[in-house]
Amino acid sequence: MATIKYFGMLAEATGLQEERMALEPQAVSTLKQLLLEKHPTLMGKDFRIAVNQELGDDNRMVSDTTEIALLPPFSGG
Amino acid sequence: MIMERYDRHIRLPEIGTTGQQKLGEAKVLVIGAGGLGCPVLQYLAAAGIGTLGIIDFDTVALSNLQRQVLFSTADVGKNKAICAQKRLADLNPDIEIQAYPYRLEPSNIKSLFEDYDLIVDGSDNFETRYWVNDACVLSNTPLVHGAIYKFEGQLTVFNHKNGPSYRCLFPDSPKTGSVPSCNEIGVLGVLPGIIGSLMANEVLKICLELGNPLSGTLLHMDTLGNQSQKINFKRNPAAIEKVLQAGWEGLQPHALQASCDTSLNQIGISEVDQLEGPLFLDVRESHEQPKIEVFEGMDIPLGKLENSLDQLPKNRDIVCFCQAGIRAQKAAALLQSKGFQEVYALKEGAPEILTYYKSQTPKGHC
Repeated sequence: MATIKYFGMLAEATGLQEERMALEPQAVSTLKQLLLEKHPTLMGKDFRIAVNQELGDDNRMVSDTTEIALLPPFSGG
Repeated sequence: MIMERYDRHIRLPEIGTTGQQKLGEAKVLVIGAGGLGCPVLQYLAAAGIGTLGIIDFDTVALSNLQRQVLFSTADVGKNKAICAQKRLADLNPDIEIQAYPYRLEPSNIKSLFEDYDLIVDGSDNFETRYWVNDACVLSNTPLVHGAIYKFEGQLTVFNHKNGPSYRCLFPDSPKTGSVPSCNEIGVLGVLPGIIGSLMANEVLKICLELGNPLSGTLLHMDTLGNQSQKINFKRNPAAIEKVLQAGWEGLQPHALQASCDTSLNQIGISEVDQLEGPLFLDVRESHEQPKIEVFEGMDIPLGKLENSLDQLPKNRDIVCFCQAGIRAQKAAALLQSKGFQEVYALKEGAPEILTYYKSQTPKGHC
């Protein structure tokens, strides 16, 4: 099972701090689509996806053993 | 330098007199003397950073004192940069402290940054954060970045020894108002104290060339769960090249860019007289200071605006304003989308509006 973590306003949008999900091997872009369908409240929100604590492009592959984090920008000071 | 003050630094073999000397030679500019800026400034002044700059146009509000620990109740209504300068001079009279009690703008950022060799971003809006980042890329200056949201914080170091920049992490600024601010949603008072202290720690590490600064790594902290996570990111040469290509002229008010897309009407306070009896709409929260009573207006916080549309006249010019001009843009965009035709967002925030009207009012009035 892969772990998906939500930070800041994304945790509020999904109502989840994290969730576990069975994942077929797929690209980050496909996973992003899947998450937007599962949590439509994420639509229009800005975030980057970290895979195993690394940010990168949407062509990277994720699988059942990956740790995924959705990172939003904060502006508060 | 009076070394007794720094004795506990000097006792550390990793710092010693040589390290303390380095701190004394460092020139650090802190953007914003707010929740993050206050603890950063306090620790950097105490540590003996030789030249400390503070830029903030805003005035101290009573609602700031819950987290902005440099200020006292008597400071309410006074400029933050000036108050911080006074407080820090008491703390450490051996360092030079420069206060810039005005707004950071694309027009003044270059000359301001020239005098400093490290920048700390404690600002509270994306527009400033992207200006600060791009100016650091253009002037090749390291940038310690911290940002907070309710109970969570982010911390990293940009532009350090050819490391990544803010645009390598988040290439473009989110739309104005798409991420709520502390003023709108609140923040746990101690959170900026935690993140600001970590920011000060990064500044000292960079000045002392000690340990591993958080370059290329973002530290995300959740204070409710006491969980922290480090996320690595790489330099994006294309994003940096874009900033370099655009040059200093590329630093533009985002509102100006936005106005091309959404035909949002921004207006300066000195231009308001050209409107015919406009309604001034204060979209700040009710606790925010200063109150503006020099013109006729209504108070509807941004979060309640959508459900209060029937209170607003459709056949009159409406001028939205807030504390710094950001929420005013969001309010104006919302009203436009709801069919209000003559809506303007005031560029200036409440402190500047008050200053403007005070300067305009003949003596004996008001």
